[in-house]
Amino acid sequence: MFQGLFFLRFLGIFCIDNHVICKEGQFNFFLSIVYSENQLSWTLPIKPWIFSEYRIMWFKSCKMTFVCFNRMKSYRYPWTRLYSTSGTTVDSSEVKTFLALAHRWWDEQGVYAPLHSMNDLRVPFIRDNLLKTVANHQPGKPLSGMKILDVGCGGGLLTEPLGRLGASVIGIDPVAENIETAQRHKSFDPVLDKRIEYRACALEEIVEETAETFDAVIASEVVEHVTDLETFIQCCWQVLKPGASLFITTINKTQLSYALGIVFAEQIAGIVPKGTHTWEKFVSPEMLESILESNGLSVQTVAGMFYNPFSRYWHWSENTSLNYAAHAVKSGAQEHQVPAESVLKEETEELQATASTNAGVREEVKK
Amino acid sequence: MGTMAARLAVSRWVAARAAARRGPLVSCRRWSGVATDTVYDVVVSGGGLVGAAMACALGFGAWDHICNMRYRAFRRMQVWDACSEALIVFDKDNLDDMGYIVENDVIMHALTKQLEAVSDRVTVLYRSKAVGYTWPYSFPMADSSPWVQITLGDGSTLQTKLLIGADGHNSGVRQAAGIQNVSWNYDQSAVVATLHLSEATENNVAWQRFLPSGPIALLPLSDTLSSLVWSTSHEHAAELVSMDEEKFVDAINSAFWSDVNHTDFIDSAGTMLHYAIAFLKPTKVSARQLPPSVARVDAKSRALFPLGLGHAAEYVRPRLALIGDAAHRVHPLAGQGVNMGFGDISSLVHHLSTAAFNGKDLGSMSHLTGYETDRQRHNTALLAATDVLKRLYSTSATPLVLLRTWGLQATNAVSPLKEQIMAFASK
Repeated sequence: MFQGLFFLRFLGIFCIDNHVICKEGQFNFFLSIVYSENQLSWTLPIKPWIFSEYRIMWFKSCKMTFVCFNRMKSYRYPWTRLYSTSGTTVDSSEVKTFLALAHRWWDEQGVYAPLHSMNDLRVPFIRDNLLKTVANHQPGKPLSGMKILDVGCGGGLLTEPLGRLGASVIGIDPVAENIETAQRHKSFDPVLDKRIEYRACALEEIVEETAETFDAVIASEVVEHVTDLETFIQCCWQVLKPGASLFITTINKTQLSYALGIVFAEQIAGIVPKGTHTWEKFVSPEMLESILESNGLSVQTVAGMFYNPFSRYWHWSENTSLNYAAHAVKSGAQEHQVPAESVLKEETEELQATASTNAGVREEVKK
Repeated sequence: MGTMAARLAVSRWVAARAAARRGPLVSCRRWSGVATDTVYDVVVSGGGLVGAAMACALGFGAWDHICNMRYRAFRRMQVWDACSEALIVFDKDNLDDMGYIVENDVIMHALTKQLEAVSDRVTVLYRSKAVGYTWPYSFPMADSSPWVQITLGDGSTLQTKLLIGADGHNSGVRQAAGIQNVSWNYDQSAVVATLHLSEATENNVAWQRFLPSGPIALLPLSDTLSSLVWSTSHEHAAELVSMDEEKFVDAINSAFWSDVNHTDFIDSAGTMLHYAIAFLKPTKVSARQLPPSVARVDAKSRALFPLGLGHAAEYVRPRLALIGDAAHRVHPLAGQGVNMGFGDISSLVHHLSTAAFNGKDLGSMSHLTGYETDRQRHNTALLAATDVLKRLYSTSATPLVLLRTWGLQATNAVSPLKEQIMAFASK
């Protein structure tokens, strides 16, 4: 068990931000166990250096002085004007992180530079896959006539290029400041002003009014921030027309993505603002695929992406162990499989078994 | 380029050089229902060769118009020194043309015609002068326009997402943006004229002779017409332009034929190397041809302009790109000035069309820096080479003459090297 700690010490980690995912009643129980034993405790018997979705990471030892630093994030947040928090896929703690940077979206050299640069991959990915579904297209506006929903649009970094390519886009984001920034930015361009509409809301809120209206739904760099992926995907399914496309880009949940995506990118190099990502919420392509398939979306493509922090360009890659993009198409009626029988990596097996038995929303209490 | 629909405005400076005259202002397009100023996708400031060509390229090709007018293909290029017998000949073995000589006015006429053809996408504002530019903040600030504002002489303003500066070596756009420019003047002016040859020939060879005062070049335009470009000192250039026709023609002929600058020492050194090369490489050696002699000059075709070198430290800024002489100014001895400008256009159009197809904001630095890197690499090499050649050939000091004589002969002997030079210049 000490191997895991040495590994982390080697990486120079002395404090770790972590979360607790559990039902409210269980929280106190775990806490008391840890304090009373006064030794290294892993609340679930898993390989020491692998973090599971449910873990509280606590390191207490007589010999080593690890400082454990937990961010207490209250479930109920004073940003009441945003939305109602019941039955939502939006994580209020994530909201706070993005709020602080709401005005920085459009600085191409600033904190969001990697996202600006990612457009070089994601826009052609979306455009080319959508063009396959149409016979001809207007030369200047390849996506004209299409209705697209950009979920978690932030400041509109991806929404605007899609608008320029001719699509009618609705961008939604739970952080109202992001929507304000996006509105202001598009207001200067008469063309975009007409083609793009922004709303400050969560996906669940518009499901009913927009059922089966979109030719494409984009959830780029979003699924690693939602609380309940299953519900999120179901909502996506509901708003898509039959045969329409769902595009997702996100981060894989591997040791490499922890080392590079969190330790290096956030804490050492500052490529990504600290606290943007939490490793436990990363989604592996296998899990994503299984959720998509079990919700009536057939996966067409999964492709790895790689960011070179020196050149500041993204590249496609065979390797999906860091970032990846997925394209799925809404097929026929929604099917529900029992995920326990599907083939998955060991660290997610337990999660899947629990997911299939826990229907509905899991609450997340940040510790 | 078919994929891009651009809104353009080209504002024409009142240039010193002769240019086709057209009627007054063409009106601007407006977005329906929007009362505020139109936002153009691209504005090209400067309506010379490069500016108009840029507007056409963003609208579409003009070569067809040129083909209906006067131009000349050339197959061979002979360049030699006045101080020695050394010469270099560029020749393509196959029957393809090496290049084309087209007069400025012909190109302008073709471009103007093409601009009319694409007038639904391109608006040309003749006789308008830009008096001021307002740059956007690099960081989006609340309520300030993110576009470039251009104030015209008549008080109206244009807004655009990308401003392209094609307004010549004294570029107002470049100065307004505060971009550093490395430049110096050569103490030379170039005299240009259209000449009538004494007899009609096939005339598909371009000639250039390096005199100590500067190179003189004869470029074919038709069987009986050639274009003259003679770079020489300011005083001599002024003399040439004002002297009467007969004396002018005599001056040209003697510049090409006279041996007054030869010295015995250099001649023997040159002959020595010549035999050495013939011994080592006994393949075909292109025979030295004699340039045609000139009979008359076209009455109003004589003009002169000063020469210098210039290179902008940056070709691009957010929402700004410089092309043509605004970015780089070169000596005409290699005939590459406007070619570099056309190369700039080709590269910029390529980058802009890729960006547009990716839905990017046209003024974004991400693709503009790609254009800059592309072109700076190519242009810097050419500028440096041209400057070195100019300095090397501006002297009649014996050591340098020896150096360049042997250098020229050696280069002439190495065919792969000549092919590389031709390929580079044709880019």
